[in-house]
Amino acid sequence: MTITQSIITIFAVMLGTMVTRFLPFILFPEGKKPPAFITYLGTVLPYAVIGFLVVFSLKDAQVEEFYLIPEVISLVFIGILHRLKKNTLISIGGGTIFYMLLVQNFF
Amino acid sequence: MKTKAFKAALPPTLPICIGFLFVGVSYGLLMDSLGFSFIYPMVMSFFIFAGSMEFVAANLLLYAFNPIYAFFLAIVVNARHIFYGISMLEKYKNCGGKKLYLIFGLCDESFSINCTVTPPEDVDKSWFMFFVTLLNHFYWVLGSTLGGLLGYMIDFNTKGIEFVMTALFAVMFMTQWDESKEHRPALVGVACSLICLFIFGSQNFIIPAMVAIIAFFLITNAMAKAKEDRKEMV
Repeated sequence: MTITQSIITIFAVMLGTMVTRFLPFILFPEGKKPPAFITYLGTVLPYAVIGFLVVFSLKDAQVEEFYLIPEVISLVFIGILHRLKKNTLISIGGGTIFYMLLVQNFF
Repeated sequence: MKTKAFKAALPPTLPICIGFLFVGVSYGLLMDSLGFSFIYPMVMSFFIFAGSMEFVAANLLLYAFNPIYAFFLAIVVNARHIFYGISMLEKYKNCGGKKLYLIFGLCDESFSINCTVTPPEDVDKSWFMFFVTLLNHFYWVLGSTLGGLLGYMIDFNTKGIEFVMTALFAVMFMTQWDESKEHRPALVGVACSLICLFIFGSQNFIIPAMVAIIAFFLITNAMAKAKEDRKEMV
């Protein structure tokens, strides 16, 4: 691929990505009232999508070998830590270190 | 006003800083191993700013030139962003010129912070969300550039560090859970995604999961409405 072709390819990828990000805002601009079902989706999707993201971020974990066992143990650990400390950074940092210890030493 | 918003935006993005530096470095390293100069990961991270798609794009650059395919592939791989847009229609209102940048930078991580974290009362919301997005963008470009330049120098055992992203989303999930009385939407999101992951596998589950989530909400909403209408008729 020549440099020009690379630039065009990168531009095409950027354009495709931006379509997915801008589409809802172009279809339902600020002044116009969106259809009722879109407003409804706007109230439930934020919760559903964060749930989706938890699963999405797990999809590339080493699922084949241990069937998500270290991931699930670490998620439980994060849950307990978050209940006890109620501190976002401690929960995320502690959970990550816990997971790293697990996969580096036991799995 | 801006300084205050910046200071408020910094702590919630710290986990993303760690995650993006690591994933960005791996991305830069991959590009380096494929023979690209560090300019490539730097420019791509700046303009595309979508992690998983950039890994895919690395391969695109090695195949025959086909920008139309690249364009549509980017739409399919990033289709989940449409959900973020619908979720943020209200929150990104009245953000003025910053709105364009907020939408440009609406990646998974910017979305999860801007959707769940409420800044303190005296902090300007639109500047807070702007700095969350800007910081994430900065971490990502920095990580991929560093990876392209000197990734081979990193030597300590980082295995498992990518879990920081899962941990971030899990904690955001719990924050939302505690703030809301209605847990059905959160459960629907997890259940539909898990079921589709097991049926379709990790490479193909995103679109089916999106369709399942939308379908579930639209059908149950329509059923609830029909029930109300029937009550009114009686």
